Amino acid sequence: MSKNLICSDNGLEYAKKLVDCIERGDQEEAEKVMEDLSALREGQLFQELGKLTRDLHDTMVSFQLDTNLANLAESDIPDAKERLNHVITMTEQAAEKTLCAVEVSMSLADSLRDKSEKLHENWGRFRKRDMDIDEFRKMSTELDEFFQWLDQKNPEISSSLSDIMMAQGFQDLTGQIIGRVISMVQDVEEGLVGLIRMTGQKMAPKGGSSKNKDKDGPDIEAVGPAVPGVDKGDIVASQDDVDDLLSSLGF
Amino acid sequence: MKILVVDDFSTMRRIIKNLLRDLGFSNTDEADDGNTALPKLQSGDFDFLVTDWNMPGMQGIDLLKAVRADPKLASLPVLMVTAEAKKEQIVEAAQAGVNGYVVKPFTAATLKEKIDKIFERIEAAG
Repeated sequence: MSKNLICSDNGLEYAKKLVDCIERGDQEEAEKVMEDLSALREGQLFQELGKLTRDLHDTMVSFQLDTNLANLAESDIPDAKERLNHVITMTEQAAEKTLCAVEVSMSLADSLRDKSEKLHENWGRFRKRDMDIDEFRKMSTELDEFFQWLDQKNPEISSSLSDIMMAQGFQDLTGQIIGRVISMVQDVEEGLVGLIRMTGQKMAPKGGSSKNKDKDGPDIEAVGPAVPGVDKGDIVASQDDVDDLLSSLGF
Repeated sequence: MKILVVDDFSTMRRIIKNLLRDLGFSNTDEADDGNTALPKLQSGDFDFLVTDWNMPGMQGIDLLKAVRADPKLASLPVLMVTAEAKKEQIVEAAQAGVNGYVVKPFTAATLKEKIDKIFERIEAAG
């Protein structure tokens, strides 16, 4: 490895000087030239040693990063997957619970409307004195039944509304879980960026565009809901935008 | 009026079915992706298809293309109700022959408006 510097103009100069000194029989000067020559050699050696030490240090640091990343990959990412699956389960349960309560309340509201419409009609006839005594008795019974029905169904409506309210508790819990997953993802990102820097590879600034170029095929990929602040560009902001776009296409 | 509702999330199918029932359409059936929807469409007498886009198995856009490619189903009205909100996707769906496109989250009024419009157009055409 010291070949580079020895076999150079510098080295040649020293060698010529040395030959010259020996020919002249100048012992002192010859020794000085030899010292200079070996200093040149040692300098190269130290430089190589320094480089090796730096490489070793960098490798050690990147190993440390590797361990962090390995931990993330081994435990944190599966953990995050589980958390997110739990979020799916919780939100599904909340939606299910809410829908059940809504369905019960809707059917009660329909019955209430039907019953009150009928009573309202009869009541109008009674007010106009367009009702005989038998019909009036019948209406009184129906009114009694209606009030009983209201007393009986009222708790059902209250409990449905309460169910809907309680089901919304998922928002707090899922919000916390998602927050933790976000911070884990940040750790992974930092670890990966560090590793890439450490291994000396430059991050390709246009990594995404080549991928898009590859994806020129007829099939268009589904990407899921647009996330504000994440998805940018050609995303429609509202149903109005969709309608505008479609009408521009002749719809 | 028999309607097939296709979405991989049962909650969304339920919401759409409830909304359709409110609009007076109570004869509905469900499927959770294109692969289960297509045989149902081919063997049943459906008058209308409401489908999501992003589903495991066969996606909504491919279901739409399959429907348009099937001579028996080609004229079936299709409404897409999806969270996919990229312009290129909406254009793609339009080119594939979708009759209406609703982005999630949507309101009952939006769904009603789009369905009404689709049937108005069909009546005007036929």
